[in-house]
Amino acid sequence: MQKISIDPITRLEGHGRIDLFLNEEGDLANAYLVIPELRGFEKFAEGRPVEELPRITPRICGVCPEAHHMASAKACDAVYHVEVPPAGKKLRELLYSAFYVADHATHFYILGGPDFVMGPDAPPAERNILGVIHKVGLEIGGRVIKCRGMAMDIVGTLGGKTIHPVCAIPGGMSKAINEEERAQFEAIAREEIDFALFTLQIFRDIVLANKGYVDLILSDAFTMPTYYMGMVDEKNKVSFYDGKVRVVDPAGQEFVKYGPEEYLDVVAERVEPWTYLKFPYLKKVGWKGLVPGKDSGVYQATPLSRLNASDGMATPRAQEAYEEMYKTLGDKPVHYLLATHWARLVELLYAAERLLELCTDPEITDPHVRNIPTEKPTEGVGIVEAPRGTLTHHYATDDKGIVTKCNLIVGTTNNYAPISIAVKQAAQALITKGSVVSEGVLNRVEMAFRLYDPCFGCATHALPGQMPLEVRIYGAEGQIVDVLKRNLG
Amino acid sequence: MAGNEKLKLGLYWAASCGGCEIAIVELREKILVIDANCDILFWPVALDFKYKDVEAMPDGHIDVCLFNGAIRTSENEHLAHLLRKKSKVLVAFGSCAGEGCIPGLANLFDRESIFARAYLEAPSVDNPNGYVPQTTWQMPEGEIRIPTFYNTVKTLRQVEDVDYIVPGCPPQPPQIWNVIEAILAGQLPPKGSVVGATDKTVCDECKHTRQEKSVKKFYRPHEMIPDSTKCLFDQGMICAGPATRGGCGALCTKVDMPCRGCYGPAPNEIDQGAALLSAVASVIDADTEEEAARIVGEIVDPIGTFYRFSLPASLLHRSKLEARG
Repeated sequence: MQKISIDPITRLEGHGRIDLFLNEEGDLANAYLVIPELRGFEKFAEGRPVEELPRITPRICGVCPEAHHMASAKACDAVYHVEVPPAGKKLRELLYSAFYVADHATHFYILGGPDFVMGPDAPPAERNILGVIHKVGLEIGGRVIKCRGMAMDIVGTLGGKTIHPVCAIPGGMSKAINEEERAQFEAIAREEIDFALFTLQIFRDIVLANKGYVDLILSDAFTMPTYYMGMVDEKNKVSFYDGKVRVVDPAGQEFVKYGPEEYLDVVAERVEPWTYLKFPYLKKVGWKGLVPGKDSGVYQATPLSRLNASDGMATPRAQEAYEEMYKTLGDKPVHYLLATHWARLVELLYAAERLLELCTDPEITDPHVRNIPTEKPTEGVGIVEAPRGTLTHHYATDDKGIVTKCNLIVGTTNNYAPISIAVKQAAQALITKGSVVSEGVLNRVEMAFRLYDPCFGCATHALPGQMPLEVRIYGAEGQIVDVLKRNLG
Repeated sequence: MAGNEKLKLGLYWAASCGGCEIAIVELREKILVIDANCDILFWPVALDFKYKDVEAMPDGHIDVCLFNGAIRTSENEHLAHLLRKKSKVLVAFGSCAGEGCIPGLANLFDRESIFARAYLEAPSVDNPNGYVPQTTWQMPEGEIRIPTFYNTVKTLRQVEDVDYIVPGCPPQPPQIWNVIEAILAGQLPPKGSVVGATDKTVCDECKHTRQEKSVKKFYRPHEMIPDSTKCLFDQGMICAGPATRGGCGALCTKVDMPCRGCYGPAPNEIDQGAALLSAVASVIDADTEEEAARIVGEIVDPIGTFYRFSLPASLLHRSKLEARG
């Protein structure tokens, strides 16, 4: 048996590694995405006052702390049986929409986008944000940095800190906004809509106009039918902050729609001894291992999943973009993994439009943004749609609101099984009879997990430099016969 | 740093959340300035599997390494030693590397109980074979290895010699920029200094007005709507401001939430929790010792509150480990 390690692919609560094992014929026998780190939040949440968890759990991920902050605050509302006043709820969603704009823009321009904008076969040294700026022009690069920054300014104004905000507490928000702030937010929201439309146009011009890229999107190596999960509103439109979670099967039929308190009926997490990360799956379908399809409980929770699991977008221009995507790629659900990048831009536009709706809501400056909890705390679940997947926080407390039990199913974790399968598929298609297409393997296998925008990835790709990869090919005797690597500085 | 050569900058994360990296992204357009002046070896130093490549570098090859994240696993520790050797200047960047931060609260437990919760007890767990992760595991196709998860979270300083500390969870972008400018200008202060912060406390940056000791009862943040103009501590919210180093700009109190101490101990304080406890004593308005004891006794989760960001670095360090057979 031969072993190939692609190392490190990236990190999730640490670092990651792909081990590829070849059989005697030199074809892929199996691929393992190994996550070698854990921090133990579910344990050390015990004993903490539950109202502190919205400030503690964001340290699970500093890339999407807003998602943990909101899921945690919603779980706290449920623990205390307290209703958040309308303005409080809207302010939370406003912050969350601004965060989505910043986060999706970060991914497209800095993390995942360079694969397309520069092309998967571009020299690695150019496949980064500076390469993108070089290609689209410094002016546009400046606009990207500015628009991302303005969205983060909204997060900072409401949240105190832009990274690890502190404003959402059981019963609402710590502070209301005034008219001056609202007007600033509105101006930003208008600019973000233009920015989202402009970004979609870049996608059309650079990706869709290039047959090579389109063929790659439609290729078998990047096609994977699974169940799809995403949060929807009462009209089954995509929703990020609140709603029910809907799951559709690989044929697009609704499989289940559930509220936060029902999550344990739907999702379970498989433990494997060779990795620190668990594999969530749909309980009623069952764990059949790392395989796609209708008989496997593996599901995806990505921007594409959310569009697949919904009946459309709740804002007009995002709805148009959504229709354009399905018109181009075919009927729902779309199983082309790389279409995730397109779906992310549809969501970018939705987030910007929703941001404007909230900024112009007459209630948004209402000073009543909090209700003080009066009920005895017990147990509660909070769910939001994090950019990288459905995020569930579940707390139980004693009579004083001190946490006794905590369970978390985190965004990227949902996608652990599908990422593993996607990587295996990509490797399978590119490694045959022991022959390895050097850069093709490196770039395309990397693309297979990067499209999921795993939490760890954004930050690491934010700065110049490409993720170095190494493929080690071991002969039958365990000796290294070849090493492919790039960008080792 | 000498001559016209670009500065070789490294940024590594150990056990961390990625927020320190996003804080660098939050430098926004200044990132282009860094790019123009530095060769950023971010990923080459970040590789656990590239040990050999990093090892192949001459010692001191990296001019400045900003190391964020705590030491949670054997892999984290290995990289700490390796990067110390390969870096002229090693900076503990952010609260995890400097103080242990929030993930350091895991020191109230041990590996066995953390594994039990995550892999055996959590209500969504499906684990028919009762597995917990193993450092080596034989799969049909070959062996898979993962690093050892330690019982205790350690700070970078507890495993390696550190030149500077940049506090904060995360360090605030304007402060990061101050540090970068000092690095580029070759104007770093003496070894061992805290950089990217002030020599005062968070209270000095806070806009809320302090009065005098007046607390008869402590409130948890969700239990009261504070007056936005007055000191939150005076109003009965535990606020770590007086025990915490300044530099963040008192951002949490700007939105009426009390400080939790992410910038680490105030200057000249060794133990942030002890400093906060003494601040608590100073705001209580009690006529008798019994009353004072009652007021303090109502504080929930004192360790998790007073040592929110600094348990591993504190004099307490961790809870006692039970001997296990």
